[in-house]
Amino acid sequence: MSTSTRGAVSVQGLTKSYGDVVAVQDVSLDVRPGEFLTLLGPSGCGKTTLLRLLAGFEEPDRGEMLISGRDVAAMAAYERPVNTVFQHYALFPHRTVAGNIAFGLEMNGCPRAEIPARVEKALEMVRLPGFAERSIDQLSGGQKQRVAFARAVVLEPEVLLLDEPMAALDLKLRKEMQVEVKNLQERLKITFVFVTHDQDEALVMSDRIAVMNQGSVEQLGTPEELYERPRTRFVADFLAVRNILEATVQSVEGGRVRLLTKGGTAIVAKDDGGYVAAKTVWIGVRPEQIALGRDAENSFAGILDDEIYLGDSTDWRVRVGAELLTVSEGATAAHGRKRGDATRVSFPREAVLRLEDAGATARP
Amino acid sequence: MRGLRRQAILLLLPCLLALLLLFLFPQLLMFVTSLGRRSVYGGVVRDFQFGNYLRALDAIYLRILARSVGLAFFTTAFCLLMAYPVAYWLGVKAPAKWRNALLVLVILPFWTSFLVRMYAWIFMLRSEGLINLLLVQSGLPPLNLLYNDFAVLLGQVYGELPFMILPLYASIEKLDRSLLEAAADLGASPFRSLWRVTIPLTAPGIVAGSVLVFIPSLGAYLAPDLLGGARTVYIGNLIQSQFAVARDMPFGSALSFLLSLTVLVLLYVFRRPLKGSQA
Repeated sequence: MSTSTRGAVSVQGLTKSYGDVVAVQDVSLDVRPGEFLTLLGPSGCGKTTLLRLLAGFEEPDRGEMLISGRDVAAMAAYERPVNTVFQHYALFPHRTVAGNIAFGLEMNGCPRAEIPARVEKALEMVRLPGFAERSIDQLSGGQKQRVAFARAVVLEPEVLLLDEPMAALDLKLRKEMQVEVKNLQERLKITFVFVTHDQDEALVMSDRIAVMNQGSVEQLGTPEELYERPRTRFVADFLAVRNILEATVQSVEGGRVRLLTKGGTAIVAKDDGGYVAAKTVWIGVRPEQIALGRDAENSFAGILDDEIYLGDSTDWRVRVGAELLTVSEGATAAHGRKRGDATRVSFPREAVLRLEDAGATARP
Repeated sequence: MRGLRRQAILLLLPCLLALLLLFLFPQLLMFVTSLGRRSVYGGVVRDFQFGNYLRALDAIYLRILARSVGLAFFTTAFCLLMAYPVAYWLGVKAPAKWRNALLVLVILPFWTSFLVRMYAWIFMLRSEGLINLLLVQSGLPPLNLLYNDFAVLLGQVYGELPFMILPLYASIEKLDRSLLEAAADLGASPFRSLWRVTIPLTAPGIVAGSVLVFIPSLGAYLAPDLLGGARTVYIGNLIQSQFAVARDMPFGSALSFLLSLTVLVLLYVFRRPLKGSQA
């Protein structure tokens, strides 16, 4: 095994069905050594099944899986050079914290004399020194999470698989753990394949994100790429592009695209080369890129329909013709608006994202 | 606190009364009887002497007690070996929708009296029985299957098996499957996962099943009586014969009391794993 492929994951045409339900459909994906890759998607999109296929808990119907350049399809879970951090931790209740962390070392033939030192080092790494002799039911959720992490990492796997490891933690702790896990990953230089349904978590932690929908990877890219250029309606919807409209291309000329939405609103978009005159397209505009009360290239009269107060920002639902747009306004913006007020909404043409219609939307 | 205690007493009252009337009182009666002497016509002469206990410590009776402990031990061991894979399959592998139906199959034998089932074994095991018939027809010599220790152990294992399967199933079914996945993920082969994770975590079921099988097997009466030979005496039959044949109630009482004491001593010796079973 050359050092350049250690930790690389390559998946080709991987398919797994349960009866009539296709959980993972013809997925091909390459994870680079040392990369933090997130599988992001709603429940039932196949992200956990893909992770379980890599771990060896499920057998694929078709397809190839290479880890560090080796074909692992024929290897049982206990033979694979990967370890998993489970969603509900799966710590052994009959063993102490140290017993849990030592389990994998014992199974992998680590000399008995070395085990205590390695366990202690792992506990220090997850900032739980002195917890070795605690029993599992004495731990808080966050502590269990750290032990589960230490238990998997102490074996120095080539790839670490994480199945929504923070789903059970409260928001504040989750935010702390996100930073901590990301820092550890950078220090350990282990490849992480991380499963989550939380797009904020994915954006904060990942080097790259694979957005999954109905068993397939719909878009793969860096957080910036996904945020700024979601490719499909599904990805845009999942990454909080709240305003998604169907429109017809009126004309394309000189970098400007004239669109007419189904609701009858005329919108100008920047030409990205993908618009074809007279064709129907889907477009998206992020709520935070729409301004209230000012004029820009796309500017419309509207009525404030609803207000959703979010603390650091406020979401307004604005009725513009037949469309209902969501506009996000920072907390510093001038207040004094109320429901039923007339207003103007505006956004630059660069804010208009052209979306492909592949797959279904996350929220119908 | 006081309200809670009163509630606890009220809830436990029916059970405590039953134990008092049906267990403690007869035990006391038996103890008093065991201190008496046998009258000429098989009655009990009240006395206060330990002669019956001294007699029970005779090598011939101790050997019978040891045989009974052996029978109980092997019954428990074979039940455990046979029941664990069954309970594991029922609790982990069997399709969920079939589980209840399969559990009914486990307790199905209870629908027939134990006595009738013992006679069924006699018909199968005796020299002209089903098994020997098949052996002879296929040109093999017949075997001596009935009226020996083998037949007693067979009948006992057969009768007690459900009492081992059910508690094992209850604890295996509760086992979190992700723990088995975690064990495999950390490099444990299926065999090591069984020893290091599954068995320790289902120890409560193992202990509960073993107690449920061991204690009745220690005083087993029907299987030894019907399937055992004239020379295969176990403590249960010895006690029965003291009351029914020898008409020596004081000595029978002393033997019964010693049997109860043996169970208590064994429970005390194995109290640590038993305590673990409550966790």
